[in-house]
Amino acid sequence: MIPSAFDYARPENLQDAFALLAEHGDEAKLIAGGHSLLPMMKLRLATPSILIDISRIDGLAGIDATRDGLKLGALVTHAALAASEQVRKLAPALADAAAQIGDTQVRNRGTLGGACAHGDPAADYPAVLLALGARLRIAKKGGETVKEADDFFRGMFETALEGDAILTEIALGPAPHSAYVKFPHPASHYAVVGVAAKLELQGAKIASARVAITGVGDSAFRAKSVEKALSGVDAGDAAAIRSACIDAAAGIEARSDVFASGSYRAAMAAVYAARAVTAAAIR
Amino acid sequence: MQTKHVRQIQIDVNGEPRSLSVEPRLLLVHLLRDQLGLTGTHVGCDTSSCGACTVLLDGRSVKSCTMLAVQADGRAVTTIEGIGNSKSLHPMQEAFWAEHGLQCGYCTTGMIVSAVDIIQRNPDPTDEQIREGLGGNVCRCTGYHNIVRAVKAAARAVRSGARRKSVAEVEPLTPPLEAPPVTGEGIIPHREPVGAGGE
Repeated sequence: MIPSAFDYARPENLQDAFALLAEHGDEAKLIAGGHSLLPMMKLRLATPSILIDISRIDGLAGIDATRDGLKLGALVTHAALAASEQVRKLAPALADAAAQIGDTQVRNRGTLGGACAHGDPAADYPAVLLALGARLRIAKKGGETVKEADDFFRGMFETALEGDAILTEIALGPAPHSAYVKFPHPASHYAVVGVAAKLELQGAKIASARVAITGVGDSAFRAKSVEKALSGVDAGDAAAIRSACIDAAAGIEARSDVFASGSYRAAMAAVYAARAVTAAAIR
Repeated sequence: MQTKHVRQIQIDVNGEPRSLSVEPRLLLVHLLRDQLGLTGTHVGCDTSSCGACTVLLDGRSVKSCTMLAVQADGRAVTTIEGIGNSKSLHPMQEAFWAEHGLQCGYCTTGMIVSAVDIIQRNPDPTDEQIREGLGGNVCRCTGYHNIVRAVKAAARAVRSGARRKSVAEVEPLTPPLEAPPVTGEGIIPHREPVGAGGE
């Protein structure tokens, strides 16, 4: 499969990338690792007239532990996240997700920022970023904005990123009691259901929880009724956790496809939510 | 063919610097196979699922069907031809042979390139680590057990500093079969047709 013809530019800094975006508008697509975009271009589901390759822009591939948690460049690969001791320690849910994306070769090329900007409804990171309360730094000509993950993922392949903007960095607070578990599609390894949980523990009890689910709806979402029900639950009480997670997909129109029906996805959302919370509680 | 966007790129291919003219839409796998004649890299699924097209990019395994040639500009690409050849087999190639890690051979080159990446990063991988590491390489013949054995054997060989052998030096596991006799005798025992002779 051969993509339709396009032009190619590889800016060395953000200013040049902004200029190219301004010049080409909707005809342009940004590319980093290309592991979401190129498959779509090969199927001609995407036919940009120019690719702007931002993969060599300096300073966007760092993993930095700060006093406030982690700062992750948008160009960090899944493999680098999965191999990072700092990520494993400060945000284990993110390390879980990175290590389960695709396969070795995909993880060597695909990037954190690219996967988030793509907005795939079955992508792993959106659930983690929602549960961990990530902040996404978005740059455009003339300034930067920071969006909460809650305001970033908007729908199927739809995010808060505008056409002239570039996602540059993702910041996370420390989340030592966090985990991401998923039921992967056996071929694509995308999440049929994926759940991220972040807990604040007070002694043996869950003081507060954030739980987010991907693969089920049109985009990842917070399971707020589950979060509420988990408050005050004994972190070692598996039955109580299962019971708190029972309505994980309540109010969501779960997607159906050839692999899993909507009702199956909704049922699995409850099962995997309980597993994620249990895994987070023992970290 | 549309040529207005042709780019000049520099890629180190198997240790040799190459200057190449490519269309931006040219996939790395097609550059390797069609432009450079390195047909050891195969196209299997063409959807970044099967791993038959795996090559090393700056030493790390990638799927060359899901990468543009222009994205490899300034980088080093190693294909199966750069891993070893019949005069100097990489221990991984020898082990796939010795352990019967292949049948039809279609996935084998990608499998070997991925396996080389695994043991370069982890010289003594467990079975589980090998299976996890080869998760992006699909084989429809072997059932994987012998592939895992081959990777373990190669890892052992590399750790012990075994030298590279040529194809001629690698002993076949079983002696060649005797050629069957040319005449019918000795193949199907002669037997009188039932009821042909009178008793």
